Amino acid sequence: MPEKIADDSVGLVTPQRQRFTEALHLDCGRDLPEYEIIYETYGQLNAQASNAILICHALSGDHHAAGYHSMDERKPGWWENCIGPGKAIDTHRFFVVSLNNLGGCKGSTGPNTINPETNKPYGPDFPIVTVRDWVESQARLAKTLGIEQWAAVIGGSLGGMQALQWSLQYPDKVRHAVVIAAAPKLSAQNIAFNEVARQAILSDPDFHAGHYYEHQVVPRRGLILARMLGHITYLSDDAMRAKFGRELREGTLNFGFDEAEFQVESYLHYQGRSFVDRFDGNTYLLMTKALDYFDPASLHEHDLARALAHVTAKFLVISFTSDWRFSSARSREIVQALLHDRKTVSYMEVNANQGHDAFLLNIPQYINGFKAYMEHVAAEVNNDV
Amino acid sequence: MMSKLRTDLALLTEWIEPHSHVLDLGCGEGTLLVHLRENSHITGYGLEIDDDNITQCIRAGVNVIQTDLDKGLSDFEADAFDYVVMTQTLQAIRRPDKLLQEILRIGREVIVTLPNFGHWRARLSLALGRMPYSRALPHHWYDTPNIHLCTLDDFEQLCDLLNIEILQRAVADPDHQTSGIMRLLPNLMGEIALYRLKNSVK
Repeated sequence: MPEKIADDSVGLVTPQRQRFTEALHLDCGRDLPEYEIIYETYGQLNAQASNAILICHALSGDHHAAGYHSMDERKPGWWENCIGPGKAIDTHRFFVVSLNNLGGCKGSTGPNTINPETNKPYGPDFPIVTVRDWVESQARLAKTLGIEQWAAVIGGSLGGMQALQWSLQYPDKVRHAVVIAAAPKLSAQNIAFNEVARQAILSDPDFHAGHYYEHQVVPRRGLILARMLGHITYLSDDAMRAKFGRELREGTLNFGFDEAEFQVESYLHYQGRSFVDRFDGNTYLLMTKALDYFDPASLHEHDLARALAHVTAKFLVISFTSDWRFSSARSREIVQALLHDRKTVSYMEVNANQGHDAFLLNIPQYINGFKAYMEHVAAEVNNDV
Repeated sequence: MMSKLRTDLALLTEWIEPHSHVLDLGCGEGTLLVHLRENSHITGYGLEIDDDNITQCIRAGVNVIQTDLDKGLSDFEADAFDYVVMTQTLQAIRRPDKLLQEILRIGREVIVTLPNFGHWRARLSLALGRMPYSRALPHHWYDTPNIHLCTLDDFEQLCDLLNIEILQRAVADPDHQTSGIMRLLPNLMGEIALYRLKNSVK
């Protein structure tokens, strides 16, 4: 818990909820008759409502992007490094909105919330949602907040895909899109990793075809395995070597399988175990499907430049050299498509050895460039009367 | 910004048609692109490798793409730009011949500036047994980024070899002043050269 909250933190924040009673038509063909979105805001919306920033979260993220919910909270929101007074996303200058996506498990309508039609948790009956569906639901939230146009839509990883989708789904509602450590679509290898994670959950005896809530259990082992696998893909070989090497927990080999012997095993076990307490198995399945299905170019004969032809947003695209989950080459595909149509785009390829996780970290080169870009955005929207 | 603008950049501005689409290779802090944007209403991008320069470009609102020029320009399509500009960079590239061909593929015209290793002072320095060190060549042999220095005659011979047509040439001193003697004996008297090129077979 924080003894004292740092001056450059947004401080204590309280999540808010918005209920929507107009049905949302989803890509899968089904309708979500009503739903709730949980979100947080930081900073003040200006009189012209021109300084709003939307933060889109990644696979396991949520609406709690910055600050603390209470003085008892051990850790701040997941993007505390970038959101706060004087930070890259400066809450003195921007009104920041961060929500939990539909299908999530942190308060927005999802598998672990009650289906009004059955009075039981949705569980596996919650429809599969796509990045396009999320953008649609986010656009509705923007409307209730009085935001006609985002100064910027920003996200890393799966969040970056949402920023990209925003720019082509609502070109006139996005001034800037900041797409970090993302890709225009998943590779076969990415999908393969997701499928192993899903099978780990689906094959857990406690999964009960997704109805585990009624059995008062969770697919613990499956979720742990999925998270362990995920963490391997978030780190680079170098980062793992630097962090753990071949270090043993007890300094000696035990010649057994009972305990984690190497530090890296212990780390993965810890990450897996702590994930079970804060995440839902059905949500994990949904999020990985949203990732797998994302492919905006597929509607334009697999030509990303054509998919982006009507985009008017200005772009900042950022990748990290050691990210092998969504490598720099994948970000350059986005850049290349934008260059084709002479769109406004800058691209940073940050030299970092932390792998995919780098987008959450305080890496000076990354933060400096990002901050410079956001200062430019702030100047632009505040001159814009 | 104007007063600080290097004179070679001012000269380049004259060569570039307003409202063109320009790629600046090794754009530094984006000085040329800002100048061209404000004075000639051009659009375009800068390519740069240095992190701090990238941040400066972003701050100046210049579109900058972090790129290692030694890795080629395959991200760019043929004739994507009206002009590709490369100031004082070609001599620091691993394979200038390949990069030249590459930039002539992506630009309808190419503007290159480079230091002249054939300048009389460089020749004199070598004749006296030492590597040249001057305002146009301000590095020691051991710390210079310039790994492929050439004389103007060398460069023009390469252009000939690669079917590159020289549309325009200017020679100057490091203050970018030019003179009659420089125009008469460019390979001996010019310290810096600016070339406007196009692919003669395109």
